Amino acid sequence: MAEVKKSLLQRAAHDWLPVVVVLLAVVIAWYGAAWALNAPGAIERVLDEEAGYTQRELFEATMTMERPLMPAPHQVAMDFYESLTEWPVDSPRNLIYHVVVTGQSTLLGFVLGTALGLLLSVLIVHSRTLDKALLPWIVASQTVPVLAIAPIVLVVLGSLGFSGTAPKAFIAMYLCFFPVTVAMVQGLRSPQKIETEMMHTYAANRWQSLWLLRLPAALPFLFPALRVGVAAGLVGAMVAELPTGAQAGLGARLLTGSYYGQTTQIWSALVMSALLGLALTGIVAGVERMVLRSRGAK
Amino acid sequence: MSETAAIDAVAGATGVAPWFWPGLVLLALVAGYSVYRMAAVNGSRWVGMATAALFGVWVVVFWEILVRALDVPRVLLPAPSLVIGSLFDNAPKLWGDFVQTVGKAVLIGWALGCGLGFAVAVAIDRMPFLQRGLLPVASLTSAIPLVGVAPIAVMWFGFEWPSKAAVVVLMTFFPMLVSTLAGLQAAGKLERELMYSYAASYPRTLLALRLPAALPFIFGALKVNATLALIGAIVAEFFGSPTSGLGFRISTEAARMNMPLVWAAIVVAAVTGSLAYALLVALERRAAFWHPSVREG
Repeated sequence: MAEVKKSLLQRAAHDWLPVVVVLLAVVIAWYGAAWALNAPGAIERVLDEEAGYTQRELFEATMTMERPLMPAPHQVAMDFYESLTEWPVDSPRNLIYHVVVTGQSTLLGFVLGTALGLLLSVLIVHSRTLDKALLPWIVASQTVPVLAIAPIVLVVLGSLGFSGTAPKAFIAMYLCFFPVTVAMVQGLRSPQKIETEMMHTYAANRWQSLWLLRLPAALPFLFPALRVGVAAGLVGAMVAELPTGAQAGLGARLLTGSYYGQTTQIWSALVMSALLGLALTGIVAGVERMVLRSRGAK
Repeated sequence: MSETAAIDAVAGATGVAPWFWPGLVLLALVAGYSVYRMAAVNGSRWVGMATAALFGVWVVVFWEILVRALDVPRVLLPAPSLVIGSLFDNAPKLWGDFVQTVGKAVLIGWALGCGLGFAVAVAIDRMPFLQRGLLPVASLTSAIPLVGVAPIAVMWFGFEWPSKAAVVVLMTFFPMLVSTLAGLQAAGKLERELMYSYAASYPRTLLALRLPAALPFIFGALKVNATLALIGAIVAEFFGSPTSGLGFRISTEAARMNMPLVWAAIVVAAVTGSLAYALLVALERRAAFWHPSVREG
């Protein structure tokens, strides 16, 4: 009963206060780390060691360095904000431009990977041969560092005339299909024996029992896998941008930042990729809620 | 090589004997039937593994035949025999890469990341406030491409293996934390109350009941992390690396179009990943033999 009577405010405090406290601790630790890491560089480059300096001056210097070892949170926020507002959206200096490039290949790869995963899982569930022969290799394919194949795939597809989004989407696909396949094999097998036997007594054929029984039963398995898959696809798309010397995309942005020692740029690209990852999983979670609700779940 | 030449080569424009395609189809039928018959055999796990192995062998055979018959340029796809040859020719080099990447960065980073995740999970197990705060943050990190911190790690820890290990630590920490916390909750209420009625202390309950109950979760994270660690270390080497390492080998040899060696490095990584996974599965079977997921499997 006590649970029910809690007010909205109390529930918010219960759910969100701990998260806010943890995030606050992270920001404070970040400032502390920025201070500690930047201090030697600040003393060497900005402050006059012989004339002496106050701790306050040192602190200010560590927070405003041009190329800090660790940029302070407000510096990253400023760089992030400036990159969004001071340049047109189609400029390579604008992070939105890179987000669009990476997001496109991630989404394309995600759709292809999900389709491949669904197809493979349906085949595996219906064929004992594929189950025995193929499934172990699908599992093994993930113990292979798939990202290592990225440069080769890019070279191969590039020489076949594919460039731009397609090769990156292919890498994203490779990372997406696995969680979908494994979860769907499990999900399609989740109906109880009594349920499959009931379909049998209805004289349902394979397709009917797949469509009416197995697929609905597999939905709760599918969506968590999709969330994992879309996050993995983003990593794939970003890593695929590294070895090609690509000019656009969040991965390329990270790489150029690391070439030129633009620390703040690296951090804001990281923040952006985090936001993109959260947005993509958020979209999948939203679709999940919609589908499950339309099927009558709470 | 021009683009059109590559397309022609893949499309099979170069001549093959007229009996080639019918022969290939016949061989494919033989291969398919042999795998089919093997899969139909009822038997132990070993029969299942043999079926998968047979399938793998057939894939390699067809790869070799097609690449050779169609004259696929080795830049595109080297024949398996070339890859194996390169594996043996460059064995000392690849061994050095293995020691650099797996022996140092992956192993140390994986152990540190998993150890830290486990320790933090046990430490905050008794603090519901911290758990409620940390869990959402930790599971959010699963959507963030943490490999992206590699350039920063290189800046802080230098080109050598510590920077790669740092990336691995960060990537493996959160999955371990989330899984261990979930696992510690896995012990049933009934069992906990039984421990309470025995007047068992907290450490006693932890050791005798809750940690064993958490084992399947912990092993799950260890297995996922083993793959993550390998990927993380290899990708981190793309961002600047010493003169050895599997990621370094792959990126430099790919730039020089020395594809057999690239594939040889990938084989090394793949075998390492699979062996690590198999080792952890074997360990799990010993440690968590009582759990349904192990018993039935």
